[in-house]
Amino acid sequence: MSNNPSTLFDKVWDAHVVRKIEDGPDVFFIDRHFIHEVTSPVAFLGLESRGIDVMFPECTFATADHNTPTINQHLPVEDPLSANQLQALERNSAKYGISHWGLGDPKNGIVHVVGPENGITLPGMTIVCGDSHTSTHGAFGAIAFGIGTSEVEMVLSSQCIMQPKPKKMRINVNGKLGKAVTPKDVTLYIIAQLTTAGATGYFVEYAGDVFENMSMEGRMTVCNMSIEMGARGGMIAPDETTFNYIHGREKAPKGAAWDKALAYWKTLKTDAGAGFDKEYNFDAADIEPMITYGTNPGMGMGISKHIPKATDLAGGVATYEKSLKYMGFEEDQLMLGKKVDYVFIGSCTNGRIEDFRAFASIVKGRKKADHITAWIVPGSHIVEAQIKEEGILDILTEAGFLLRQPGCSACLAMNDDKIPAGKYAVSTSNRNFEGRQGPGSRTLLASPYVAAAAAVTGVVTDPRDLLA
Amino acid sequence: MAYDKFTVLTSTAVPLPIENVDTDQIIPARFLKATERKGFGDNLFRDWRYNNDNSPKQDFVLNNPIYTGKILVGGTNFGSGSSREHAAWAIYDYGFRCVVSSFFADIFKGNAINVGILPVQVSEAFLDQIFKAIEADPATSITIDLAAQTIKLEATGAIESFAINGYKKHNLMNGFDDIDYLQAMKADIKAFAAVHGI
Repeated sequence: MSNNPSTLFDKVWDAHVVRKIEDGPDVFFIDRHFIHEVTSPVAFLGLESRGIDVMFPECTFATADHNTPTINQHLPVEDPLSANQLQALERNSAKYGISHWGLGDPKNGIVHVVGPENGITLPGMTIVCGDSHTSTHGAFGAIAFGIGTSEVEMVLSSQCIMQPKPKKMRINVNGKLGKAVTPKDVTLYIIAQLTTAGATGYFVEYAGDVFENMSMEGRMTVCNMSIEMGARGGMIAPDETTFNYIHGREKAPKGAAWDKALAYWKTLKTDAGAGFDKEYNFDAADIEPMITYGTNPGMGMGISKHIPKATDLAGGVATYEKSLKYMGFEEDQLMLGKKVDYVFIGSCTNGRIEDFRAFASIVKGRKKADHITAWIVPGSHIVEAQIKEEGILDILTEAGFLLRQPGCSACLAMNDDKIPAGKYAVSTSNRNFEGRQGPGSRTLLASPYVAAAAAVTGVVTDPRDLLA
Repeated sequence: MAYDKFTVLTSTAVPLPIENVDTDQIIPARFLKATERKGFGDNLFRDWRYNNDNSPKQDFVLNNPIYTGKILVGGTNFGSGSSREHAAWAIYDYGFRCVVSSFFADIFKGNAINVGILPVQVSEAFLDQIFKAIEADPATSITIDLAAQTIKLEATGAIESFAINGYKKHNLMNGFDDIDYLQAMKADIKAFAAVHGI
């Protein structure tokens, strides 16, 4: 046994290396693989054309989410291309003996919501999915990241991918978060500091008392957004909060297996003195409720601030001006009071119960602004059920909101939930790229509090003014 | 899926001097509904390339017949965002075999190599030289030599080395892929899984 101090990331990574290739990637073993309807069909075609089988079907879990309607899910899917993808997922899962939670299944929902809530995601695991927001699962102390379809085929056929080991970064945030400052604001703040490419080539560990005091839902929001600063993934050391979240979930270990797993999970932390290639420290007190003004998630600022001038930024002026022109904004403009057309709460970033509690805490006793179209989309049927059980649905209904059915929805607008060209949407999702929420759509990324404040006032509003 | 071997490529290039080109721009989500890998090139840069009525946007580089070739040259942080391999498929299907930039997003870079596109990372200064050379003469050629790991501007003779790991280089030069490699070591993987647990 070596006594060298090592990081959480090293401990998990090194336990999964089947072979090291000289001047090449590691052959990297994958514990859990999630698939969905959009990035898996071509991988299954590849298996067929090569005549090879799925190696460990019990390690792959399928759910339909990217391309599903969020109303009338009991009816046949109208778009023939979408219906075809959903059928392909069902057919391929059945053929190879893979668990499948299709449309209408009580376990169905967004892949990065249903994995954790059913106890599939566990500390110390390696987890991949053909979706960049797989980084979400890092909240449990797992190494989790998005892969391409060729790699989906690799995992299906060999339970491994070929992956060079990333460099290590630690981001420490300490102190006390202010009023209405949520995990989403913490991550948007970090991304604004590092830029959209600031962590490319790194795997991030989040540390410090802000994350230690965060719920699992909050940690998932933070790890989810790691990819938006270029990191392949982010992780947080598992602790009592993690263990309490997992305990008793359907696929979590039970009895003696739980005790054994727990003993191992407790070793999953960065040793004192372990080295990182890069380290950042931030003060929680510097973070206010955030909002984005541009066309990548790094273009965010405190909600009370003015849009930066091109000359104040590093990077290309032409690209910055193109971005503001797309958004219909001017340099130095104030965002507060800006008219909003749509509000979207949901997605793998902010589609969990805590997010809807936050949203409801502001809309309670208020009414939806008349001109606002609001899409309120739970991350899963389990979240939907919680919304009803906790009385949140009653609050929403009284305020004039409609609850939709689970799915990725307007986050990537593959289904009919598209923001029209030129319209402004305050979204709790993860990307504000040009056209992301529909051709010509203009996205302002923010927390559930900021979304709720916009939904009831009709304009960009500081949620601190509305929270009791 | 098999792809053409990559050894030496001499071609004109298409300049796209925009930073942070994300995969939603390379191919928007609404074009990801196919269940086969076919025809993605038609929707490459769809919303930058076409108006809502499907007429071409005249000011977009792919609609300018002066610019052609098998090399796409993009601004820094090319391929950020979604992991969709469809972005790499669209670039390959359109006819590009190489993307040059001063910085690539991780997942895109891996996807590109897996489908037979060579991502060539150059310095900011060299990228600037490339854009200037194409601006001066759209017919100027660039030569990429994978064995030597060099990129050369034929107009000026300027040359720069680029990095790629030996394993991936060998794969690209021979048209091999990772799935064949992994299939060949299945016994080792099963032995690993038996000890590690699944």
